[in-house]
Formats: sequence, C-alpha cells, structure tokens
Amino acid sequence: MKLTVWTYEGPPHVGAMRVATGMRGMHYVLHAPQGDTYADLLFTMIERRDHRPPVTYTTFQARDLGSDTADLFKTACQDAFDRFRPEAIIVGASCTAELIQDDPGGMAETMNLPVPVIPLELPSYQRKENYGADETFFQIVRALARPVARSARVTCNLIGPTALGFRHRDDIEELTGLLSDLGVSVNVVAPMTATPGDIARLGAAHFNVLMYPETGEAACRWMERELDLPYTRTVPIGVGATRDFIFEVCELTGMAPRIDESRLRLPWYSRSVDSTYLTGKRGFVFGDGTHVRAAARIARDEMGFEVVGMGCYNREMARDIRALAKDYGLTALITDDYLEVEAAIEALQPEMILGTQMERHIGKRLGIPCAVISAPVHVQDFPARYSPQMGFEGANVIFDTWVHPLVMGLEEHLLHMFRDDFEFNDAAGPSHHGGHAVRAEAPVAEVEGGPAPHRPEADSPRDTSGERKVGAEVIWLDAAERELKKIPFFVRGKARRNTETFAAERGVWEISVDTLYEAKAHYAR
Amino acid sequence: MTQLPRLPGDSGGCRDTPILKQRGQREVFCGLTGIIWLHRKMQDAFFLVVGSRTCAHLLQSAAGVMIFAEPRFGTAILEETDLAGLADAQDELDREVDRLLARRTDIKQLFLVGSCPSEVIKLDLQRAAERLTERYAPSVRVLNYSGSGIETTFTQGEDACLASMVPVLPATEARELMLVGALPDVVEEQAVSLLVQMGIGPVRVLPAPRRDTELAVGQNTVFALTQPFLGDTHAALERRGARHIPAPFPFGEEGTTAWLRAIADEFGVPDAVFESVTAAPRARARRAVAQAAEALRGKSVFFFPDSQLEIPLARFLTRECGMDAIEVGAPFIHKGIVGPDLDMMSRGPVFSEGQDVDLQLDRCRAARPDLTVCGLGLANPLEAEGLATKWAIELVFTPVHFYEQAGDLAGLFSRPIRRRDALRLEAAE
Repeated sequence: MKLTVWTYEGPPHVGAMRVATGMRGMHYVLHAPQGDTYADLLFTMIERRDHRPPVTYTTFQARDLGSDTADLFKTACQDAFDRFRPEAIIVGASCTAELIQDDPGGMAETMNLPVPVIPLELPSYQRKENYGADETFFQIVRALARPVARSARVTCNLIGPTALGFRHRDDIEELTGLLSDLGVSVNVVAPMTATPGDIARLGAAHFNVLMYPETGEAACRWMERELDLPYTRTVPIGVGATRDFIFEVCELTGMAPRIDESRLRLPWYSRSVDSTYLTGKRGFVFGDGTHVRAAARIARDEMGFEVVGMGCYNREMARDIRALAKDYGLTALITDDYLEVEAAIEALQPEMILGTQMERHIGKRLGIPCAVISAPVHVQDFPARYSPQMGFEGANVIFDTWVHPLVMGLEEHLLHMFRDDFEFNDAAGPSHHGGHAVRAEAPVAEVEGGPAPHRPEADSPRDTSGERKVGAEVIWLDAAERELKKIPFFVRGKARRNTETFAAERGVWEISVDTLYEAKAHYAR
Repeated sequence: MTQLPRLPGDSGGCRDTPILKQRGQREVFCGLTGIIWLHRKMQDAFFLVVGSRTCAHLLQSAAGVMIFAEPRFGTAILEETDLAGLADAQDELDREVDRLLARRTDIKQLFLVGSCPSEVIKLDLQRAAERLTERYAPSVRVLNYSGSGIETTFTQGEDACLASMVPVLPATEARELMLVGALPDVVEEQAVSLLVQMGIGPVRVLPAPRRDTELAVGQNTVFALTQPFLGDTHAALERRGARHIPAPFPFGEEGTTAWLRAIADEFGVPDAVFESVTAAPRARARRAVAQAAEALRGKSVFFFPDSQLEIPLARFLTRECGMDAIEVGAPFIHKGIVGPDLDMMSRGPVFSEGQDVDLQLDRCRAARPDLTVCGLGLANPLEAEGLATKWAIELVFTPVHFYEQAGDLAGLFSRPIRRRDALRLEAAE
C-alpha cells in the first residue's frame, strides 16, 4: 500500500484507451465498474475531442458480482460490435474487473465475432499508463501486422503517437514534412490515425521512426525481429537531436543527408545578445524519460543553461535517465511521488523548471518559473495553434516556450532602472504576462429590495484554489524589509528565501539589512 | 398550514408518472468524486481512499485543477502484495494511517473511504476504523464509508459520508433544526440567516465545518435536506429519532420559498413574519431569474443522469424559466425525497432512472433538444453534433441554492444558449 496524492500516470487501461482512441475502426470493450467511465472526459475535455472515445464499459455493480458479470461482459461486447461495427476489438479489464477474474479475453473469443478480437492483460496493480499504451499497441501489432511486400519508394512508419499525447498531433505533421524533405514518405502513422487495416500493412515500410519510446518501443522491437524493420533510436526534439535523427535516417536508407534549416531560428535566437541573460540559468528537468533526455540537451547545449537536477517519473526509463544524469554530473531523481520532486526542487532552488504540469504547480508555489516539456497533459497542452516539439519548428517552439516564463533580457535591465516608475513597478510583473492589475469593484445598482448580501469570492467549499503555508518564524526588521523591496521582484523571492535560510542556519531570528547582504555575499556565485 | 405552490386541478403533478428504467452502460462518476467538495467543507477532516491507481487518477481528473497545497485527501494504492493476503492489508493500512497522522496533526476526523477494489476483496474498513479510533481517541475520530463505483453514483458519496457520521453524533433532547447537505459557506450562511430572522433556532448544519461543534441529534430534532441525494443520511437520521420536513428543494425563488415555508410552518412562524423576511430576497430572485430566463423561455431541455439534482432542477426550469422538459434522467429517483418537486411539475416529460447511455443518446438525438444537460464525457461530442449542452458537474460545484443564487442558476443554463446565438463562425456561403 502506498499513499499517493497526485499521480503522473493513470492506470494501464487508460493507456489502452489512448491507443484505441487514437486509432480509427478500433473498439475497446472494457470490463469495469461505472466510475471508470470518468476516463472519457480526459479525451473529450482535455483533448477537446468531438467524439466519445470508442470504449464500451460493462459498468457492473455490486449486485452483479458473483452472479452474472460474465454475461454482462458478453452482452456489452455483442452490443458494441452491433452498434459500432469496428474492424477489430480489444478487450480487457480495469483494476476492479481484474480482481473478479472473469477473463474477458477468453469470453470474447468464444463469441465468434467476425472481426479480430485482441485480448489485453494489463496488470493494474503493478504497472501504469505508459506501459498500458505500449503493451496494447504491441499486442495489436502482433495480432494484425503481417509480412507484406516492401514499397517501391523509401517509406517509413511513424510509431508511438496516441490520443492524449503531449503535442503528438503536431509532431506527426512536423516529422512528415521533415522526412518528405529527405525523400522519405510515410507509410503508416500508428497508433494515432491508423485503422486495423493500416496495422496489417506496417511491413510495407522500409523502417520505423520510433517517435515516443514510452508508447511504441515494444512494437518497434517486435517489428524489427519479425518484419525486419529497423527503427530509429534518436528522438528528434531539439536542434542537435534533429540533426542526429536526419543522419540516422540517411544511414538507414543510404540516402545523402539534405538538411534544410532555412526555417530554424533557435540557434540565432540563442546567440543573439538578448539571450545573454539565459547564460548559466540553473534549470531543473523532470518529466517522462524521452522528453527529459531531449530537454536536458537543449537546456545545456542550445540554450546555455546549467542543468542542476534531472529525473523522470516512468521507471521504464530509469536506467536510461540515470546514465544520462551521470553525464551531466548529477544523480537522477526517479520517482512518481510529486512530494519528492517538490522537495528536490525546494532544496536545489533552480531559477527555472522544465517539467510537467505538476512541476508547474510546484513552481507556482515556490515562485520559480516553469515551462512544460512533457505529459501528464493539461488542457493547455492542446493549443489551437501549430505547436510541435519535434524537428526544426519544434526547436523554435521550445525556444519561445522556455523563454516565455522568464523576464526578457533587456526588460530585466529596464525594470531595474525604472523600478520606481508607476508602470514598471514591482507589482506589475513581466510586461508580457499582465493580469496583475487591481480589480475594480463592480458598481452595485440600487434596486428593489436592496443589494444582495455581499458574497466573498473564495469562501465556497467547492473552491479549489491553493492554500498557503504560514510563513517562517524568522522576523524581518523594517529596514531590511524596505531594502528587500528594492531588489527586483523577479529575484526577490529567492533573496527572501536565501536570507531566511541563511539566518535560520545561523540561529539568527531577526533579519537586518546586514543579514540580507551577508546572505547575498554567501550565495553569490 | 403550508400553502405549497401546487398546480391547479387535473394537470396534476408527476409523482405517479411511470418511470423508464433501462439497464446498460452508465456514464457517471463514482461516489469518490464527492471528496472534492467534502474535504473543502470539513476543514479538520482527511479522506483516505483505499483503492487503486484508477481512484487516484479519477480524483485528480475530477478535481480538474490540482490543489497543490497538499490536499486533505489521498489514495492508499493497493499493490500486488496487498491483494495476496488480507491480514497484510490491515497492517499496511495502519502503517499508512500512522504515517499520515504523524505528519498532519491538524486532522481530527479521518474517513477511510472504500473503493471498488477494496469492496471486491472485502477489505473490512469498518473494523479498521474501529481499531484506529481506539488507537487515536480522543484526538482523532476514524470513520468509514464506501464511495465505490459498484455501490455509489457520484453524489451518493456525500450521502454515504454524511450517513456514516450520524451514528456517532452526540444525543440531545433539545428541539433543534438541522440542515443536511454540504453547501458552499456563503449559501449556507444565507439560509441560516433567513431562518434565524424568522426566529427559528438553534440551526445546526450537517456536515459541520469542524468536529468539535454542538451538532447533536435526538427525538426533538427536525431536519431539512438541502440536497436531494441524501437518502441514506435521511434514513440514518430517522433511526436516531429525528423527523424529516419534506419540501421541494431550494432552487429558484419558488423552490426556496416553498422550502422555507415548510420549515417556518414546522416552527409556527406567523405569515407576517415570513413575508417580511422573504419579501425582499424573493423580489430580487424573481427579477434575477426573469432576466436570465429570457433566453430559456420556450426552449426544450433533456437531462442525462448525473447528480440526482435533475428533478428539482427540471422543476425550476419548467416552472420558473418557461422551458419544456423532454426527458429527466436521474441515477436514482427517491420519491420520498423528490416527491414534493414531482408534485409541482406538469405532466409531459419522460422520467428515466438508471441508464443505457447508447439508447439514451439515440433518444436525445431524435428529440434534438435546445439544451442537453449531461456529463463531461458526453458534452463535447454532443456539441459537435450541433446540440447545445450544459455540463452537469458545474451544478454541483457552483453555489446555486436559495434566493441570491437563483439568477446564477438560471444563468448557468442560459449561457450555452446565449453563446450559440453570439458566435458567428459559419463559413460564408
């Protein structure tokens, strides 16, 4: 038993849903109680899908247990087939159904449905969402892919994108374009967009592009072995990785590398003088293994940050990320407990977090800017605009995304210079963020019966905004507090914390101006 | 005697309308979801779900936003080793609770919340709660209830939670009024204030914000429900000798007035006092509803089952906003509780209990209502088919009860319709 407050990954059947929902012509019959239908809203709300996920839940209840949950499954399976007419069906159990051991796979097999039925065994009490997606896609490929004749032209498959993936939609488009520039066309993209029929002809490609090892590696390995399809190891996120990827593709195909970097702006933006202020920014990187590997390289080699901590939440990638961290002179943090991640960030006091939505919240609490680089996803991770992570446009997007939460170079100096100016004052925040303006009080009209009783804004029990911990016991003397206010606001939080830590470590409980500057000298790098 | 607003003559109310019952896939939340608002209401309570990763993922997804100051709920995730032997699971639970209570000394009430997996493996949480109560008395009280999806639907989780508190309430002989249901503080204060102005009191509220309040129950307690989904709590209170004051639910001007009137009659409040206390807020509510209902008049509405608020809300929309209800689906229909609301509705709508979501979607598509009230899993797909929707969960998370929120309640329904009218997005012909 392990106490969990927030999780980075859902259960494995949610991974299976991501595969089924990304595909077309596939249906998932899931033996599960009614509450498990919450998972539909991940797709319809977070990803804004305009269709229900192709999932039929048996929604058994307590009174069904021990009597006819098996019949219930068969009925649900038959109804789903009759109504949706899928080309293939995957069947499985969620955590609760796993316990009642009805064997959905076996039952579905006895029904003699006229389409392939693929049983899934996803151990809910051991594994998680990414494993569920990877295993599901692997089982689908193993069941449906057959050796077929190679295409005459050089083609490849894009493997790994799923529904609810972090920027998968746009990465597909970016990579398709990049490969097309190299003279390689795409045979099948899977699981996202593929039909069961498409899965059958995966073998027509000359090689696989493994976009996301988290969700596509097992299938790629199998295809390498059984269909003689080699696959790429480099995930093309960032300038260097994209160039490496192109060379890898050319090596596989025997083609000459043709690299069109005319749209690539990151290198110049990073060299331009406004970026000077990025130099040596202390960054903490956390997310899924694939995106962490990419982000660490971009942070150090392409943005000029200093990577002061890194880790991943998916244990499948632990070995890989541990080795990577060693190259950076670090020890990797491998955990799915966000409290541990928060503690690590608090201890390291980075100037920037490259993390997930969880770290974004941690950053909010600690006053550290954060850019999101990886799943778990949030509605904000599905922007309306084209916003890939992969390829050269992906690199441009990443530059913008990472710089956005920071105060820009020239602006930093202007703020310092004009800090007493009424518009450039502390409370104004970075000029491109806004939202700090004082809210005007709404005028109350004099009406019959008088105004409604005052309704305070945040006192509803349904209100789920954050709570703040009560401050430390260290006291700031007036003069020190005034001096602190003279420090630009974007480093003030850090100065305050550093000074308090410095004071506490020395048993000083009153902070004077001297304490403030002693702390500054102590922490100066 | 109570003059509940009733329909004249033979148009007669819907209490005896036959109910359509279907069995198939249900597209609803489980009772764990209630933790999201209950933990905000009970500020010294912690909700420990004993369940799976799915439970933790549900709570996180249903919360929508993450409450990143450590929230007062969490999931003890069962692992392979716990499933092997049950004795282990009890020890493991003790260990997790010890750890939690050592870290969170502010916790005075701990709820062990059962889930689908814990129910299926028959993990005895009641025994665990008794054992832990003994260990931590008197500083922490440990209770248990089930929020599992095999036994509870969405708001039934709150019902199960409140019902679990009733047997341990202290006894009292005092004649007191108890309001039952977790409401936003601002709304609760409005209700209490109206009652106090009429000279009714003392007024107690279940759930109380903290454990150490004067909340007690006995023969002379009378109680009024503020939420229609509290069937088990209702029964538990009756077992303690308390008496229920049946009334329509306090949604809209009319519902609020009828609800207050029923309580006022119980306490013998003179008409003149009732009138003087309610006249101004009634007028405000009527005006606010009229304004927001402009867009709703003559429009049709279709309810998918969600929170059990459907019947009282349909009563509000049809009577006060001029809408026509096509189908009113509810996960459960407890006539002893929503009977007064049914009495007030004109015949016409189909009432359905339970769900076969695909068949119900077929009916909805055929009826093409002007507004569909449904869960988050169905809303965008229906919008994409050209149907305006109102997500039902907002009705549970937003202050919508009593006079001052009546206009907001109508506004929740009119906004999707006004939005459709406001957008000009079709490509030019």
